[in-house]
Amino acid sequence: MAIIEVENVARSFTVRRKAGRLRRERTEVRAVEDLSFSVTAGEMVGYIGPNGAGKSTTIKMLTGILVPSAGRLRVAGVDPQRDRTRLARRIGVVFGQRTTLWWDLPLRDSYELARRIYRIEDARYRRNLDRCIELLGLGPLLDVPVRQLSLGQRMRGDIAAALLHDPEVLYLDEPTIGLDVISKNRVREFLAEINAESGTTVLLTTHDLTDIERLCSRVMVIDHGRVVYDGGLDGLHEAGRSERTLVVDLALPAPPIDVPGTRVVKVEGPRQWLAFPASASAAPLVAAVAAAHPLVDLSVREPAIEDVIARMYASPGPALATARSGPTG
Amino acid sequence: MGEQPGSLVRTLDALRAYRLIAGMWLRASMAYRTSFWITAVGNAVTSALDFVVIAIMFLHTTALGGWTLPQVAFLYGTSGLTLGLADLLVGSLDQLGQRVRDGSVDVVLVRPAAALAQLGADRFALRRAGRVVQSGLILGWALSRLPIDWTAGRLLVLLVLVVCGTVIFGSVFVAGAAFQFFATDAAEVQNSVTYGGATMLQYPPTIYARDLVRGVVFGVPLAFVNWLPALYVLGLPDTLGLPGWFRFASPLVALAFATAAGLLWRAALRSYRSTGS
Repeated sequence: MAIIEVENVARSFTVRRKAGRLRRERTEVRAVEDLSFSVTAGEMVGYIGPNGAGKSTTIKMLTGILVPSAGRLRVAGVDPQRDRTRLARRIGVVFGQRTTLWWDLPLRDSYELARRIYRIEDARYRRNLDRCIELLGLGPLLDVPVRQLSLGQRMRGDIAAALLHDPEVLYLDEPTIGLDVISKNRVREFLAEINAESGTTVLLTTHDLTDIERLCSRVMVIDHGRVVYDGGLDGLHEAGRSERTLVVDLALPAPPIDVPGTRVVKVEGPRQWLAFPASASAAPLVAAVAAAHPLVDLSVREPAIEDVIARMYASPGPALATARSGPTG
Repeated sequence: MGEQPGSLVRTLDALRAYRLIAGMWLRASMAYRTSFWITAVGNAVTSALDFVVIAIMFLHTTALGGWTLPQVAFLYGTSGLTLGLADLLVGSLDQLGQRVRDGSVDVVLVRPAAALAQLGADRFALRRAGRVVQSGLILGWALSRLPIDWTAGRLLVLLVLVVCGTVIFGSVFVAGAAFQFFATDAAEVQNSVTYGGATMLQYPPTIYARDLVRGVVFGVPLAFVNWLPALYVLGLPDTLGLPGWFRFASPLVALAFATAAGLLWRAALRSYRSTGS
């Protein structure tokens, strides 16, 4: 069952700029154009793209903060545009750069407010809070004023606050931004657990692709307001025409090795780096190199997902158009 | 689809959200007790200085525009009391522009409660009661000095004056905040109407130019806060040449103005959500 439905959604902003003494120029900026996707209940989807690609705009539309200029949206069967407050009871939102917690009050007070604003029954509140306290290690932090928490502690606090009312959908906008490795891991483990246990649908935007690798079976890449890739992580390599690298240590320094299907990226004394398509097999290449030069050592490096995605943004060529093969229609 | 809750339920929900959020701010302010007392006393002193100015004038004259010192004190007290109550209740709305600029309005919009209730309660601070207390004291003094024949009608008009005056000033705050969704630096314009208007209402209407008075009768209806009801309570003749029933029209004006401000707010919020900032 689709819990998030986005059909041909567009969103443009009018930017006014001073042009001359009195004149003002209006330019239309399209943050999102013709966006369509759907998310099945219980999915965990990574939503990535460069700055200004339209990620936050999408999240704002899905939470009812912004109204789309065109198209149709449904979240948990609710039209975010018309029923903002009703939708609010069924979703949880975490803005990585902005806290919903009360700065000068102990963490516990923010949760008490949530309990009353969302009218959460006592038993349910107790159960959800206990779970968050245990899994996120919030116990010692409950009586600490939020302003005294570290960034990582605050983020954990924020995530708990977004989950107390059992939302069906959880949006996370950059949930691991600025966190150290330990905090990141803790947040990731918690999200995986919540998703597995409660079946909460999660849509997360991030710049940290490890978040995606650890958590999301599905990734959507957005660029210039359009979905340019929607599918599994594996497919991303293909779509990004990614390359693996064969690193060979020769017995003696040699001129760049010429093997069909590869290109030499770098030469450093006896060591050479040969790039080849990620889909090709390394064995025949190794054989070809060994036939021409005595080999001392070799290794194969997998493509870094960052590079793959960077390549996608850089070249919106035909490879991207054909990559639009998501698991859902 | 679920049924739409009625407007009574929605209003009660909004008041409940207001109470909850205001309560949070109250508790947060208790973290800074000293600062609370300093600003509360500071507020009272600043607004008391206005009255010192009036008192000094009366050292040199016995009447101002035909009004005696206790009568002017009545205007001063009612003006400060109503503005003070409105400021206490929804005064933070004049900082909405900042919330829009830093994006924290978004946090309000993802909570299941009316945005106006949440933003009205934003940074709720009892220290703003300083003006209310100080103005109330002056009003008490004025009433003790005025030879008023206290009929039930006069008492009722005085009570209505306080309620409607607060509603009118509160509506100015709401309407001003609506503009701040777009002109995020419009706070100054709004302050000139609220604080500037309140200062104006401290003095008798007879000292102002006719066009200005007309502006606050028919434009931003501040004259209905205290000038017009005061004519009735104090038993003064109307030198403005307005219909006699205007003295009792404050509730109607307050209702109309509050409705207009509410509609403006709704339109602004809708437009903010569809245009962004």
